[in-house]
Amino acid sequence: MATRAPERAAPPRRPGGKRRLTGRHWRHAVDVKASPYAYVAPFFLLFCAFGLFPIGYTLWVSLHEWTLLDDEHTFVGLENFRVLLADSYFWNATFNTLSIGLLSMLPQLLLALWLAHLLNRPLRAQNFFRITLLLPNVTSVVAVVVIFSQIFGRDFGLINWVITSFGFDGIAWRDGTLSSHVAISTMIMWRWTGYNALILLAAMQAVPRELYEAATIDGASSFTQLRKVTVPMIRPTIAFVVITSTIGSMQIFAEPLLFGAYTLTGGQDRQYQTLSLFFYENYMRLDFGFSSAISWMIFVFILIIAGINYLLTNRMKGSIR
Amino acid sequence: MSHPPRRRAARLLVPLIAASLLAAACGGGESTPAPGAASGSAAAPAEPVKLTVALFSDFHYGPLYEEFKKTHPNVEITERRAQFNDHHNNLVTQVATGAGAADVVAVEGGFIATFREVADKFHNLNDYGLNSRQSEYLDWKWQLGLSKDGSQLIGLGTDVGGLAMCYRPDLFKEAGLPTNRDEVSALWPTWEQYVEAGKKFVAAGGKAAFTDGPGEHFRAMVEQAPVGFYDTSDKVVVGSNPDVRKAWDVAVSMIQNKLSGKLTAFTPEWTTGIAKGTFATMVCPAWKTGVIKDQKPGEGTWDIAAVPGGGGNQGGTHLLAPKQGKHPKEAAELINFLTSKESQLTLWKDASALPSLPSLYEDPAVATFVNPYFGDAPIGKIFTDAAKALKPQYTGPKSGDVNVAMGNGLGRIELQGQDPEEAWKQAVADSEKIK
Repeated sequence: MATRAPERAAPPRRPGGKRRLTGRHWRHAVDVKASPYAYVAPFFLLFCAFGLFPIGYTLWVSLHEWTLLDDEHTFVGLENFRVLLADSYFWNATFNTLSIGLLSMLPQLLLALWLAHLLNRPLRAQNFFRITLLLPNVTSVVAVVVIFSQIFGRDFGLINWVITSFGFDGIAWRDGTLSSHVAISTMIMWRWTGYNALILLAAMQAVPRELYEAATIDGASSFTQLRKVTVPMIRPTIAFVVITSTIGSMQIFAEPLLFGAYTLTGGQDRQYQTLSLFFYENYMRLDFGFSSAISWMIFVFILIIAGINYLLTNRMKGSIR
Repeated sequence: MSHPPRRRAARLLVPLIAASLLAAACGGGESTPAPGAASGSAAAPAEPVKLTVALFSDFHYGPLYEEFKKTHPNVEITERRAQFNDHHNNLVTQVATGAGAADVVAVEGGFIATFREVADKFHNLNDYGLNSRQSEYLDWKWQLGLSKDGSQLIGLGTDVGGLAMCYRPDLFKEAGLPTNRDEVSALWPTWEQYVEAGKKFVAAGGKAAFTDGPGEHFRAMVEQAPVGFYDTSDKVVVGSNPDVRKAWDVAVSMIQNKLSGKLTAFTPEWTTGIAKGTFATMVCPAWKTGVIKDQKPGEGTWDIAAVPGGGGNQGGTHLLAPKQGKHPKEAAELINFLTSKESQLTLWKDASALPSLPSLYEDPAVATFVNPYFGDAPIGKIFTDAAKALKPQYTGPKSGDVNVAMGNGLGRIELQGQDPEEAWKQAVADSEKIK
């Protein structure tokens, strides 16, 4: 496109053709040159207004002592970031975020692979099963957390009921660090496993059937086929799923908030306060300067993770070729 | 044959339309005319005035608006409601940006301190003669509606949330404690005696805990002290105020004597526990009776006794008029009307909102009111006694956040086994970090 456009525009540039430009040709030229921009304009206008501008403005706010109800905003440079990086609660929230993220992501990925593999063969009522996979994802997160909070209840929870009926002591899920992380990870897995399974399934369907036929003739079991044929063939999709769920796990918010019955600290000991919840706690104190610094740190973390993912994916692509 | 040009026109038009729509949508905010900009002259009586009232739940104001319109035929009132937290967060934004606030707004006790900080963003109701109402009010309730320096009146109180102690007679009976509410109240004139009663309860060896958790008790004790979390210059004095330390120690002794069921209010275990009887007492502001009822424990399962330490309050609302409202006179008159003696009595009958005007406490409609769900407890008398007994205490801007930090400290002792002294140090440090 880029090389062709000047050629087309060339004829009107001749001295004799100038008057003609006012007619249909002019409109045509405008159409060719301007309308692509007009097409993408809505997205970019919205992106600038609700994406780019807030990111920049947040950086500006983070350099100030800025509370919402105060009219004076004193410039303090990087003071907010200095306080933030020295705040042990910030690092605690970072640890919790990573821990919950890993705890939910690894089993989620394996489970999604397995489910997709099960559905990737001739099956009765195939569409029914595929739709079922998506159901947890369309359920409201509030409903999911409310139900799971009941299941993970200390005194009347389903899980503790099973545990105690075997004669063991019940677990105070909310009070421990690991136990609360497991509970929250379970909620995340419940919502996202099916969704990821569908994405993996789509990729699996693009794997040539001949490979499986050949593998079957060679006597490979279903599990071996999954390991040796399917996974290598859908590696880019697996990388995609990993990237989206890592970024998603940086933003875990509703689950810990609702699990703690709306306590912003995520437990008495902040044992399940994630970065987003830590941000929200400070935001609710109307301390906008400090909360902006937190959101910028989250942004930086996401950039780092995206960068690592990018490097890994590139290497994976190389190995496939 | 005519298709290509038309298609081309469409190709050109569609994005242009989209772009112009977008521009229109973005520019919409600027072109809105300032409402009521011309109605500055309050002298013209017939001029129609539109007032908006923003609330966080149904206050049962509907019939009162009709009443108000009889004396103010030119005033039209629209009410809008939002969920509790959203309502207050919206108001903060509206006050900060100077646009979008209603003419009359409700602010709950947990948030009033935030807005007293920025009293200049609200109309001074003294300018409309409402300081004449001071003598009618509970003193502490009146103080909450003043600006920090006391020079401006930004809000008038509606209801209060008198404090009591809810308890389960069945569990008390099992433990050999008295079950009659007057005898139960006599068990614990002070918090130390409340702990003693708890020890007896635990010694009887029942399965249930004596109370839910120490957090609410701690808060009630602090609020009964002359000075709470803040001094009058808005400095957090948690670490140096002996009364806070005393309340903390009593709360710790509740944990150490195993009185507590290790429950956090509003978690599923807590709400289920209300019905299942996993704990026998809880600190009970007037509105918590509704929470208990919602869990359907059964009629007479819970009863209501006096709170130890003599009196207390949690919650209750003020009505304020943001400065961006263009009709301060009418707004002030509406606030005056909605908080008047007659209105508060109507609201007690219609909505069980506990009045903030002590003269009403003698009114038979309040004084003799009994609630059959709580064993015919005279809740009118119990809760108003608590409200009357409360001494005014200066509330700092972030009292709620300090309370959470301290409550978390108690929780860490109880649930994570932290050493009480360490928990105290961390809680004090957390509180002092709040600005």
